[in-house]
Amino acid sequence: MYKIVEKERLAEGIWRMRISAPRVASSALPGQFVIVRADEKGERIPLTIADYDRSAGTVTLVTQTVGYSTRKICALEAGDSLADLAGPLGHPSAFVNEPLEELRKRRYLFVAGGVGTAPVYPQVKWLHEHGVEADVIIGAKNESLLIYTDEMRAVASTLHIATDDGSAGFKGLVTALIDELVGGRGCRYDECIAIGPMIMMKFVTLTTARYSLKTTVSLNALMVDGTGMCGACRVSVGGKTRFTCVDGPEFDGHAVDFDEAMRRQSMFREQEQEANKKCSCFEKL
Amino acid sequence: MANKIPRVPVREQNPEVRATNFEEVCYGYNDEEAMLEASRCLNCRNPRCVSACPVNIRIPDFISAVAAGDAVRAGEIIAEDSSLPSICGRVCPQETQCEGSCILGIKGEPVAIGKLERYVGDRGLREGRKAETAPANGHRIAVIGSGPSGLACASDLAKAGYEVKIFEALHKAGGVLVYGIPEFRLPKHDIVEREIAEVTRLGVEIETDVIAGRTVTVDRLLDEEGFDAVFIGSGAGLPRFMGIEGENLNGVFSANEFLTRANLMHAFDSSYDTPIFTGRRAVVVGGGNVAMDAVRTARRLGAEAVIVYRRGEKELPARVEEVHHAKEEGIEFRMLTNPVRILGDVNGRVTGIECIEMELGEPDESGRRSPVEKAGSEFRMECDTVIMALGTSPNPLIASTTEGLETTRRGCIVADEEGATTREGVFAGGDAVTGAATVILAMGAGRKAAAAIDRYVKNNKGN
Repeated sequence: MYKIVEKERLAEGIWRMRISAPRVASSALPGQFVIVRADEKGERIPLTIADYDRSAGTVTLVTQTVGYSTRKICALEAGDSLADLAGPLGHPSAFVNEPLEELRKRRYLFVAGGVGTAPVYPQVKWLHEHGVEADVIIGAKNESLLIYTDEMRAVASTLHIATDDGSAGFKGLVTALIDELVGGRGCRYDECIAIGPMIMMKFVTLTTARYSLKTTVSLNALMVDGTGMCGACRVSVGGKTRFTCVDGPEFDGHAVDFDEAMRRQSMFREQEQEANKKCSCFEKL
Repeated sequence: MANKIPRVPVREQNPEVRATNFEEVCYGYNDEEAMLEASRCLNCRNPRCVSACPVNIRIPDFISAVAAGDAVRAGEIIAEDSSLPSICGRVCPQETQCEGSCILGIKGEPVAIGKLERYVGDRGLREGRKAETAPANGHRIAVIGSGPSGLACASDLAKAGYEVKIFEALHKAGGVLVYGIPEFRLPKHDIVEREIAEVTRLGVEIETDVIAGRTVTVDRLLDEEGFDAVFIGSGAGLPRFMGIEGENLNGVFSANEFLTRANLMHAFDSSYDTPIFTGRRAVVVGGGNVAMDAVRTARRLGAEAVIVYRRGEKELPARVEEVHHAKEEGIEFRMLTNPVRILGDVNGRVTGIECIEMELGEPDESGRRSPVEKAGSEFRMECDTVIMALGTSPNPLIASTTEGLETTRRGCIVADEEGATTREGVFAGGDAVTGAATVILAMGAGRKAAAAIDRYVKNNKGN
């Protein structure tokens, strides 16, 4: 059992939990994910690590209530426990294994969308701690759905906000802001890392392709075990089938078949909608 | 003098009924049936069954004990060579091992050795086996994986006085016994959990949710966590796909995914949250035990279920009993048929499968006649699900994160007969070494490695 030490509401339907998991905390690196199971009858679902504290032995997860299982997780309170939290899984972000002197010559552009902002944070934080420049765009529908702005401001070289309705920062999609920064203002980046909804990542890669800007994406495919056993997370990258869990979760965004990836995410949509009807017990969320 | 009666039939669930539930197919022998069947054994002076058994269980001796009504003694005899009789009695391919070489099988039916082993194992589980452990010797061993090899290794080491900790990647112990083999063939609560309880009763600790190579490394176990040796029994869990067109359509699953959803995650039980999908008609590609498990699971979930296999029926690698049971349950067998591509609709959902007929040509390196395509024989079958059961290979996660641990070209960990790997203090056995094989071979490898670990620790780590 993995005790929830702290729980906090970040925005409508988005919750942050700090969970006691000493083994995971001691091995976690930016870019990795965990498999979580709320209780004995729960599904195993993958969640990207939003932060880790080795000395406190905790990992931070940010969950959005998108379906039955995420609602079940978010309905737990501080003091409650998750049945399982296994990881860290997947490869860490590539920069973790690159020589610092090379990294310090580079400038990164992070594009974070919605709940995907949370897993961007440990990456930017790691780069900041190692003296590497990284600008960050956080995108959301409106101001009330923005998360991690203060945390990110503390570690990003420059933080840009984009909201669809203009209620905060730039009015428009993150892709328009990329155009503005790279095309309009002539900002130079060596690599873009985009994490957010599949559809956002798809359009970010289409945008950055125009500037020949190398773009890495972190995929949130369906998974069961998360260790390479099931293959539910198959994704086509450069025409080859890869497993998101063991070959990823980060891939070259310009090589990913996003249409297939989005379609595969919907494999169990009918069953999920059916299960969602059971959700009335979590109405307080 | 042996009884010259025919083989005692074993009671089974009615096929029509069991095709709609997940309860065990075979009820096994009761005391009278077991004693009667045991009385058929000729007690051969040179028992061929013993040498055909991968772990050389003293079969005629345990059968004599059963015939004499002494199931406890029979259990002790089996325990000398096997730690999982209830499981192996159910899942061993007896027809190619012990029963396949039984003298009685030449003119009639062999002694039902598997069913007798199961009877003895189940009696032991029900009544509690004797478990004597040597005094603690102060040495600690880490076992990676709680499948057949890990359980067998841990149990022998615990009996020898070691403090043993098993690390399991999933949330439940048992490895393939839990995620792979279905309930209707190997009951989880009554058999697997009790076998595991026997191991923990010896003092073995099991820590779940630990993925070796990620959560901890082998080096950390040896250098920081104070283990004197590590046994790797991580199995062969990576699924293979065919690489044909349409394989990433919605509705194409690996058998591992399909069975893990059903078995480990209880997707067949609506009180559990994990979804599963079969549609109206499911095609399972492959002819091994995993293919039979997948197709019979699909059938039980309400689908018409079909096996597509590229060789002939004689070449099916599955246990004969599973093929027989599958047929009784209404599974359609399409032999000498191989998928060419999977067909889908505009939404990317599977609508069918295009196959080609095959014929058997010359024997290949496995000694089986290799299938050759019949030109122009392509045809289509409608289906909503395609499940690929083409075999599995070992997970590279541990080898790729452990310095000095050599693997073969096929990703198997290199280990000698005793389980010693190329890295000092690290032993391995089971499917992680051999590639996908049987429960009994894995169990045997775990026990050999336990003996080797004992020698290693005594020679290198003092007392």
